Amino acid sequence: MRNASLWVGLTLIAVVVLTAAVALFWTPFDPTANGPVLLAPPGWPHVLGTDAFGTDVLSRLMSGAQICLLVGVLSVVGAAVIGVPVGMAAAIFRGWVGEILGRLSDILYGFPALLLAILFAAALGGSTWTAVMAIGIATIPAFVRIARAGTLEVLSQPYVEAAELSDVGRTVIAVRHVLPNIAPMVWVQASVSFGIAILSEAGLSYLGLGSGPDNPTWGRMLREAQDHIFSTPLLALWPGLAIAIATLGFNLLGDGLRDVLDPRLRERA
Amino acid sequence: MSRGKRVLIRLAWFVASLLLASLLIFAATNLLPGDIANVLLGTNASAEQVEALREQLGLNRPFPVRYVEWLSGVVVGDFGTSMVGGQPVSSIIFSRLEISAWLVGLATIGSLVIALPVGTYAAMRRRHVDGVAVSAASQVGLAVPSFWAGIWLVVLFAVTLRWLPAGGYVSYWDSFTDWVRHLILPVAALSIVQASVISRYVRSAVIDVLHTDYFRTARAIGWTRSGAIWRHGMRNISISLLTVIGLQITTLLVGAIIIEQVFAIPGLGSRLLLAVTQRDLAIVQGIVLVLVWAVLLINFLVDVAYQFVDPRLRQEAT
Repeated sequence: MRNASLWVGLTLIAVVVLTAAVALFWTPFDPTANGPVLLAPPGWPHVLGTDAFGTDVLSRLMSGAQICLLVGVLSVVGAAVIGVPVGMAAAIFRGWVGEILGRLSDILYGFPALLLAILFAAALGGSTWTAVMAIGIATIPAFVRIARAGTLEVLSQPYVEAAELSDVGRTVIAVRHVLPNIAPMVWVQASVSFGIAILSEAGLSYLGLGSGPDNPTWGRMLREAQDHIFSTPLLALWPGLAIAIATLGFNLLGDGLRDVLDPRLRERA
Repeated sequence: MSRGKRVLIRLAWFVASLLLASLLIFAATNLLPGDIANVLLGTNASAEQVEALREQLGLNRPFPVRYVEWLSGVVVGDFGTSMVGGQPVSSIIFSRLEISAWLVGLATIGSLVIALPVGTYAAMRRRHVDGVAVSAASQVGLAVPSFWAGIWLVVLFAVTLRWLPAGGYVSYWDSFTDWVRHLILPVAALSIVQASVISRYVRSAVIDVLHTDYFRTARAIGWTRSGAIWRHGMRNISISLLTVIGLQITTLLVGAIIIEQVFAIPGLGSRLLLAVTQRDLAIVQGIVLVLVWAVLLINFLVDVAYQFVDPRLRQEAT
């Protein structure tokens, strides 16, 4: 039971990833084609029923997993690739460079993904890419913070002092000693950020600021379901459930990883 | 370093961050590709019409000039005029600010009212089934989007039970009861989700207190567990809560924008989204600026409050 979080998290993520993978090749119906039967209740052949355009809900749900994972992967990987080196630099170059990098990331921290996405959507029009850009940029400060704190801790270790004395350059120390030691924290942060990214993407597409109508997203499905909340409330159940399962999966994975990688936190997490 | 000096340094950084935030916002809407004059006039407009509108909106002048002009207006409360309707942006913001402030303020209180007892309970019963169940529930709550919670609150309390309205807003000047009835569901949707985040911080802060020497001493001289936490632990818990509330205010503001949409509440968020669909950059810039400045201001106040609440920092000051 010790690592229940990890295993439950991995299972939930596996379900979402498998669904997205299957949807690449097969969905019960075309997830974008309108059908003759509107707002059908769950049954056969439409297992979860149809929406107001007669589109099969299960097919849309399966196809929505792809956008959710795509936006999550691109924004989190992008944020980590930028945020981790910046955070390390902020710790290694102490003095005004470090101070300014830290403060900049603090200011960015006050910019939620949604507001950035609104700015981008106002200037460029909303799309999957503005969503990725907004969520990615808003995620950078989290990686900067974690990398900065981790690097400061590693730099105070005796073996780093030894490396400094043997006149190895700062870049070499960063790559050889700091990066492997902060990697576990970065993985935990990536998992947590992935959960937040899924929620942000859902919020954006709910507001109509994310992917266009051709890409079924869970957030957009919820928005459409809301118009029929009085007649077919079940329509609002499935996409929300999907968002919650995916987010819960990554949150639990983050908690589980933290437990495995840092036993000191086990009691508190 | 004295406390006064520390507060002054923070004030300087605060002002710097206000300026930088304004620059980022103005740059995002003005430097990104996409000609707003073209968008506003549609595809049928002639080149002369587009050029005339660019001239009228002042888009032909250099970026730094426009930024400084905009910012010096903002400082005296002039946010420019709407590109679509022509009204002053400041009057649009101020007429809606209050509604959103009520939503966020009440949701902050609501989430604390839920999170404090729940988190404390989860900490004290952490080795029992019920305590673990509460923690698990908060974990699930973290994964639920507040707008989904809002939709289900509507299904339950508005559609099925018909106790409360499904959406809309009534000013308290018109009817106080109706004002309350319209705010209950949106505030609940925001609070429940927010409470699951905060209760986890409360739980870990209370567990920290349970492991301290002063707690053991308090127990030894006869305080009950809850008595000792209440009497001696609350101050420590409130310090860590202060930080959490500062961080959470961002999530709450964003949540409020979406919740306003769910419940058709005419606050800043719904006006902002309307402006985005109309590509009314003047309103978008103005509202986003107000929201981001509010986040920065609250975090600055939390930071300063920290200097006064935390006895360790106070001691250092003398």
